[in-house]
Amino acid sequence: MKAFLILEDKTVYEGKAIGADRTVISEIVFNTSMAGYPEVLTDPSYAGQAVCMTYPLIGNYGICTDDLESTKPWPDGLIVREISRTHSNFRADMPLDDFLKKYDVPGIAGIDTRDLTKRLREKGTMNGMITRDENVDIDEVVARLKEYTPKGVVMKTTTKEIYEVKGATDLSDNGPLGGAAVFDKAAFEAGKKEKAPAIVKELNGAHLKVAIMDFGAKRNIGKSLAARGCSVTVYPADTPADKVLADKPDGIMLSNGPGDPKECVQIIEEVKKMVQSGVPIFAICLGHQIMALAHGFDTYKLKYGHRGGNHPVKDLSTGRVYISSQNHGYVVDVDTVDPNVAEPAFINVNDKTNEGLEYLKENIFTVQFHPEACPGPQDSSYLFDRFIDMMKQG
Amino acid sequence: MPKNPEIKKVMVIGSGPIVIGQAAEFDYAGTQACRSLKEEGVEVVLVNSNPATIMTDAHIADEVYIEPLTVDVLRRIIEKERPDSVLPTLGGQAGLNLGMELEEKGILKEFGVKLLGTTAATIKKAEDRLEFKETMEKIGEPCAPSLVVENLEDGIEFAEKIGYPVVLRPAYTLGGSGGGIAHNRAELEDILANGLRLSRVSQVLVERCIAGWKEIEYEVMRDGAGNCITVCNMENIDPVGVHTGDSIVVAPSQTLSDKEYQMLRSSALNIIDELQITGGCNVQFALHPTSFEYCVIEVNPRVSRSSALASKATGYPIAKVSAKIALGYNLDEIENAITKKTYASFEPALDYCVVKIPRLPFDKFITAKRTLTTQMKATGEVMSIGDSFEGALMKAIRSLEQHVDCLRSVDFTELSKEDLYKRLTKVDDLRIYVIAEALRKGISIEEIHDITMVDAWFIDKIKILTEMEDRLTKEPLTKELMAEAKRLEFPDCVIARLTGKTEDEIKKLRQEQGIRAAFKMVDTCAAEFAAMTPYLYSVFGSVDESGELSVTGKKKKVLVLGSGPIRIGQGIEFDYCSVHATWAFAEEGYETIIVNNNPETVSTDFDIADKLYFEPLTAEDVENIVEVEKPDGAVVQFGGQTAIKLTEHLMKMGVPILGTKAEDVDAAEDRELFDEILQKTQIPRAAGGTVFTEEEAREVANRLGYPVLVRPSYVLGGQGMRIANNDEEITEFIRIINRYAQDHPILVDKYLQGKEIEVDAVCDGTDILIPGIMEHIERTGIHSGDSISVYPAMTISDKVKATIADYTARLARALHVKGLINIQFIAVNDDVYVIEVNPRSSRTVPYISKVTGIPIVDLATKVIIGKSIRDLGYEPGLQPEADYVAVKMPVFSFEKIYGAEISLGPEMKSTGECLGIAKGFDEALYKAFIGAGIELPKHKQVIITVKDSDKGEIIDIGRRFEALGYKIYATRSTAQVLKDNGIHARKVNKINQESPTVMDLILGHRIDLVVDTPTQGRDKHRDGFLIRRVSIETGIHCLTSLDTVTALLTSMESAHDRLSVIDIASVKNRSL
Repeated sequence: MKAFLILEDKTVYEGKAIGADRTVISEIVFNTSMAGYPEVLTDPSYAGQAVCMTYPLIGNYGICTDDLESTKPWPDGLIVREISRTHSNFRADMPLDDFLKKYDVPGIAGIDTRDLTKRLREKGTMNGMITRDENVDIDEVVARLKEYTPKGVVMKTTTKEIYEVKGATDLSDNGPLGGAAVFDKAAFEAGKKEKAPAIVKELNGAHLKVAIMDFGAKRNIGKSLAARGCSVTVYPADTPADKVLADKPDGIMLSNGPGDPKECVQIIEEVKKMVQSGVPIFAICLGHQIMALAHGFDTYKLKYGHRGGNHPVKDLSTGRVYISSQNHGYVVDVDTVDPNVAEPAFINVNDKTNEGLEYLKENIFTVQFHPEACPGPQDSSYLFDRFIDMMKQG
Repeated sequence: MPKNPEIKKVMVIGSGPIVIGQAAEFDYAGTQACRSLKEEGVEVVLVNSNPATIMTDAHIADEVYIEPLTVDVLRRIIEKERPDSVLPTLGGQAGLNLGMELEEKGILKEFGVKLLGTTAATIKKAEDRLEFKETMEKIGEPCAPSLVVENLEDGIEFAEKIGYPVVLRPAYTLGGSGGGIAHNRAELEDILANGLRLSRVSQVLVERCIAGWKEIEYEVMRDGAGNCITVCNMENIDPVGVHTGDSIVVAPSQTLSDKEYQMLRSSALNIIDELQITGGCNVQFALHPTSFEYCVIEVNPRVSRSSALASKATGYPIAKVSAKIALGYNLDEIENAITKKTYASFEPALDYCVVKIPRLPFDKFITAKRTLTTQMKATGEVMSIGDSFEGALMKAIRSLEQHVDCLRSVDFTELSKEDLYKRLTKVDDLRIYVIAEALRKGISIEEIHDITMVDAWFIDKIKILTEMEDRLTKEPLTKELMAEAKRLEFPDCVIARLTGKTEDEIKKLRQEQGIRAAFKMVDTCAAEFAAMTPYLYSVFGSVDESGELSVTGKKKKVLVLGSGPIRIGQGIEFDYCSVHATWAFAEEGYETIIVNNNPETVSTDFDIADKLYFEPLTAEDVENIVEVEKPDGAVVQFGGQTAIKLTEHLMKMGVPILGTKAEDVDAAEDRELFDEILQKTQIPRAAGGTVFTEEEAREVANRLGYPVLVRPSYVLGGQGMRIANNDEEITEFIRIINRYAQDHPILVDKYLQGKEIEVDAVCDGTDILIPGIMEHIERTGIHSGDSISVYPAMTISDKVKATIADYTARLARALHVKGLINIQFIAVNDDVYVIEVNPRSSRTVPYISKVTGIPIVDLATKVIIGKSIRDLGYEPGLQPEADYVAVKMPVFSFEKIYGAEISLGPEMKSTGECLGIAKGFDEALYKAFIGAGIELPKHKQVIITVKDSDKGEIIDIGRRFEALGYKIYATRSTAQVLKDNGIHARKVNKINQESPTVMDLILGHRIDLVVDTPTQGRDKHRDGFLIRRVSIETGIHCLTSLDTVTALLTSMESAHDRLSVIDIASVKNRSL
C-alpha cells in the first residue's frame, strides 16, 4: 500500500504505508538517535509532531514494553527509511508495526529520509500530511498545512489524576503516568523478564518527597528519582501550586513536555508561586523554559530543533562536556536572561544555545537537555543526585 | 585546555612491517597523526621499519628513520634527535610495547622524554591481564571468570574448576596470536604451552568460554580533562569465538535496544575513565543474547584496526583527534573537520549502515585450515556503506575481489539438508554462503540461529537476499522487481545470471526504467548540519547528492582507482602509489576523485582527494560514478591489478585512460603480442608457450624440458605460479589454476636459474628515468615479493647494469609507456633475459623512491599529464647509485595461518616488508634481519635438512654455522654430507623414526633456526611440511632458501653492536 508525505513547500514523498490507516497533519521533525525508537515514540514531548528517524533501519528489535516512556505513542506519525520485517530481541513484545496499528499511529516507510532531513534543516521545521489517499489536492492540503499549529498539547499528555511512582524499576506498578490511556498489562509479563539494570549507585534520596509536575513527563524522570529512594508523587500539569505545596514536598520537579512554552500561561503563573515557596526546584526541557518565562526571560523557536542522543553540552562551572539526549524545538533566549537572577549553567557546544540555568538567589536549577536519557546517553544522570543534594540542603 | 607549549618535538613510533593483525590501518593512523602534529607546529621524528608506508615519506614527518623497531635502535634515535616526547599509541601493539619498554628500561627518564597520550601506568592496567581484571573488579565491570597463569599446571587446574571449553589469551601479543578455545585437556595443553611461549611476559589468561554471545565493540575517546565520547559502536555478526578482525562487522549495532546500547556505552566510558586513557581506545564486550549480562573482553588503549574502521564508518578522524589530545587539547576545542560546525566532543550519528568483511588468505594458502578462531587470520578487509543492511552486505561481498558477487558465488547446492545442518556447525569464512544455502533448502531461521548463534535478524536479512534471488529466477522482471533488486544492491551481472539475460540487457533495461544509483554523503551528523567534506557512497532509490558538491567547476577531473582490500601480493604499496598520484594530480591543478573500498588505508581518509567514493571496484560500480562525475580521465596504473582490470571497462564508458594505453598494457600481458615486441626490440626471454588445458601444458613442458614455470596471465603476486618438475605436477598445478575459469591463457616457460634483477622506471614516451637497479638475494624461482632485495645491485657487473638500462628503455619505448613500468630480469652470468614486464606501479615503488630520494610516483603522474622527465629537472637514464645500501626484507605471518605451507616459491606469501639501510651491505642486511624479527644467535643451535640437489651447497653453510659456534643437527643424509666434509653435525632421527626425533628437538625450544629446503610436490603429510609448520608454530625461524640462509650467515658474521641510524629525509635526490 502506498503512502504519501506532503510538505508545506509542496514536496511530495511517495512511500509505503505503515501503521494505522489514517490521514494526519502534523509538524514534521527529525530525530538522529540510532537506537531508541520505542522511547522516542512514547515521549510525550512529541505530541503534535510527526517524527522522522534519520537512522534508516527502524524496528530491528521490535517493541519492548518495558522501554516505553509513557503508556502510548504520542507522535502523530512515524517516518522511516525502512521498517524491519522481522525483529529480534529477547525482550521484544511485539513488532513496531503492530504497536503503531494498535495505537492508531499512521506512518510512512521507504522514503528518502536523508533528503527530508536536509529539507527540514535548510527550510526549518515544516508541517506535513501523511496519507494513503492518492487523490488529494496538493494545493488544498498545503493551505491546510500552513494553518496548522500544535495546540493544547500539554493538557493532552498530562496525567488526569495525582499518583505515586512506586517501584524504582517495575513499570507495571507505576500508575497512569503520561495520560489517560490505560497501560496494557496483558502485553507485559511483569516480573518474568529481566529489567535493564539501573545505573543508580546509591539510595541517596531516601525519605525525600518529590513532586513532579507532569507537563508530558517521560517515565524515566520519575523512575530516576524513585530509584534513588525518593517518594515521588506526580501531579497533573494544571494542579494549583497551593495544592502541590500543601503536600509539603522536599523538592519540585518540572518535567519535559510538548509544544510552545508560551502557551502555558496559567502553568507559568503557578510556577511563580512555587518559586516563591522556596522549595528546591529542578526542571527539565519544557520545565526549564517555563521556569525562564516565569522569571521574565524569553524563549524562541529553533529553526529545526535538537532531537537526538549525540548533542554535547558543556557544564560551564567545570568545563566538562557531556553527551546528552535532547528533544526540543524551543530554547531560552540567553540574551534575555537577567544576570542578577540567573546565569547560564550549560551551553550546547555545537550551536552555543542555552542548555541550562542556575538561579542565583533561589534554590532552582534547570536544564534544557534530558538527564533521564531514554533514549540516549546516561552521562548527565548525576544531575538527579545534584537535585537530591539541593533538597537535602533545603 | 589548549595545547601544551612544552611539546615541541615528538617521536612517533610506527607499527613496523605489515603482518596479520597489524596492517595498513597503522599507516593510516600514523600518517593522519603526523600531519595533525605538524599542523600544530610540532617537529615530528618518525620511526618505522616499513618502507612501503606513506608515514615514512619525507614530507609527512620532519625526520624519518626507517630503522628496525627495537629498543636499542629507538634509544639511539632518541639520543641523536632528543625529542621531548614520545607518542607510542599510534603504532599498534608493536608501538605500544616499545613505548612500554622504553619506559621500563628507564630510557625515557634518562633523556627526559615524556610519554604522550596514555601513560605507561594506564597501558599496563589495560594490557596486563591481572591488573586489568583487578581494575574491572574494582569498578564493578564484569569480566568472564578467568585466571592469569604462568605455567601449564595452574592452567589445567583452573580450567577443570570452571569447566571446558575455556578461552586462552596470551598477554601482549598481536591479533591474539597464540590464543584459542580449548574444549578438553589435550587441546588446553597444546594451546596453553604455545601461548606461554609467545607472550612477551609469559602470561596467558584462561577464561570462561563466552562463545556464542553477541560481540559488541565501542570506540571511545577521552581527553585530559576527562571528557568522554563514543565514536561509534559495532556489532559482530559472527558471535564471540571469532576474532573481530575475522568477523563480518556491522556499524552501528543492529540488534541492540537503546537499553543495551546505553548500558554498554556507559560501561565503556566508565572503563576508560578509570583507566585514565587520553586519546582513542577500543572496548570489546560480550553480551549475553537473552539477558543483560555482559563481560568486558578486552580494552585496547590505542588506535587500532577497529578504530580505523570506526573512523571510516563515521567520518570521525580518531587518529587525528588522538594526536591533538596528546598535545593537550580537549575534545570541545577540536573542530570537526567534516562539518566545520561541530566539535570533536560530539558523537557521530549515522544515517546509513556499514558492513565490513575480512579478506582471508585461504586462496593463497590452499592447504590451510579455514576455521576462524580467536586468532586473527585476515590480511585485510573491505567496507561498504548502504542505506540497508542487505545492500551494504552485497556491496561488501563484491568488493572482496575473490570471485564472489552474491550469496550464490560459493556453491553449496550439492549439500543436502542433512549435510547443511552439519556444515553450519563449521565456523569459517564461507559460513555466510552456507547459511544462504540452508535458507534456500528450507532450514528455518531459528534452527540456523540455534546452530550458529548468529542473530536471527541477520539471518532474516540473508533470507531477504535469497528470496530476491528466487524471485529473479521466477518472476517477470518488472520495474518494481528491478528497483527492489537494485535497492538490495544486486549487481547487473547477477540479475542477468538469475534472469537468463545478458548484463548489457539488464543495464539497458534498468536505464530505460530510470533506475540509477544515487550518491549520499557521509557527514558524521545524519544531515543535521551542512557538511563540507565530500565523502560519498551509492544507494538506489534515493535523491543524488553528488551534484551539490561541485568542488571547482573549471578544473579537469581525474579518477584515481584504488587497490581494494589488502591481500598477499597486493598490499599497502599500491595505496602508497594511489595517494601520491592523487597528491601530484592535485598539485597540477586537477580535481581528484578516489574510488576505493578499503577502510584501513590512507587513500580512504576524508581529506586525501577532493572527493572520495567508498565503493566496490567493479565495472558497474565505477560506471555509476563516471555517470555523475564525468571525469576527464582515469588512472589505473597505480592501483595494482584491481585498477588495471577496469581499464577496458573504463574505455567502453568513454573515459580516457591517462598514461600508458590499455592496448600497451595488454601487449605486456598477452604472450603473442609480447613476443612480437621482444623480437622487435631484440630482447631475449626464456622459451615458453601458452596453454589452456593440462594436455597442452604437458606438451609445452616436454618440448621445453623440465623444470618449467607455470602461471596464469593477468595476476598479481604470482598467484598460482609454480615450478613444475614433471608431468604429475603440471597436472596438479593446471587443475589448481583452472578452479576458476580463465579468461586468458596459462603461461608455461622454461625455468632459468640465475640472479633476479628488478627495476622500476618512469618513461615519458621518449626518455626514461631509472632510479636504481635492485638485485634479489634469492635466485630465480622465489617470488620477487618474497625475496630479499638489495639496492644498489651488489654482484652484477657494470655491463649487466648497462644492458638492463638499455633493455628497460627499449621495452618502455616499445610499449609506449607513459608513467611507470616495472621489469624483472634474470641475469645468467652476463646474459640478461626478461621475465616479466608490468607497465604500471609495483610493490617496490615506495622502497626505491625512499632509498634513492627520487619521488617516482610524483614524476610518473606529472609525466602522464604531459611533462617530460627533463621538464621535471631530471637527467634521463640510470641514476647514479646512492652511497647507502638498502636491503628490503620480506616479513611473513605464517604462524597465524594454521596449516599454511611456508616454503618459498614463485607464488608470493609474505604479508609485509621492512628495510635495513646503512653505509655498508653487511650492516644493512643485519638491520633488515633484525627489523624482520630475526635476531640471532640466541641458543646457537641449528637444524639442517636439505633436499639432495642442495647437498653440495650446504657444506659451506655448515662450515660457517660451525665457525659462529653453532651446534648443528641434521637429518641422516644431510648429516652425512656435512660429516664427510669435516663439519661436526649431529644426526637426528626423522619424524617417524624412534625418539628423540627432529620434532622433539624443535619442541625443546632451544633451536635458533631450521634450514629446510623442500622437495617438490605439495603433499602436506610429508615430513618437511610438518617440520616447517611445527617450527613456525613454536616460534622458531625456518628458512627454505639457501640464499636466505647465506645472507643470514653474512649478517651474523658481521653483527653490529652499535647500529648507525639514518634519517631517510636526508637521502636527497642526487641528480638535482
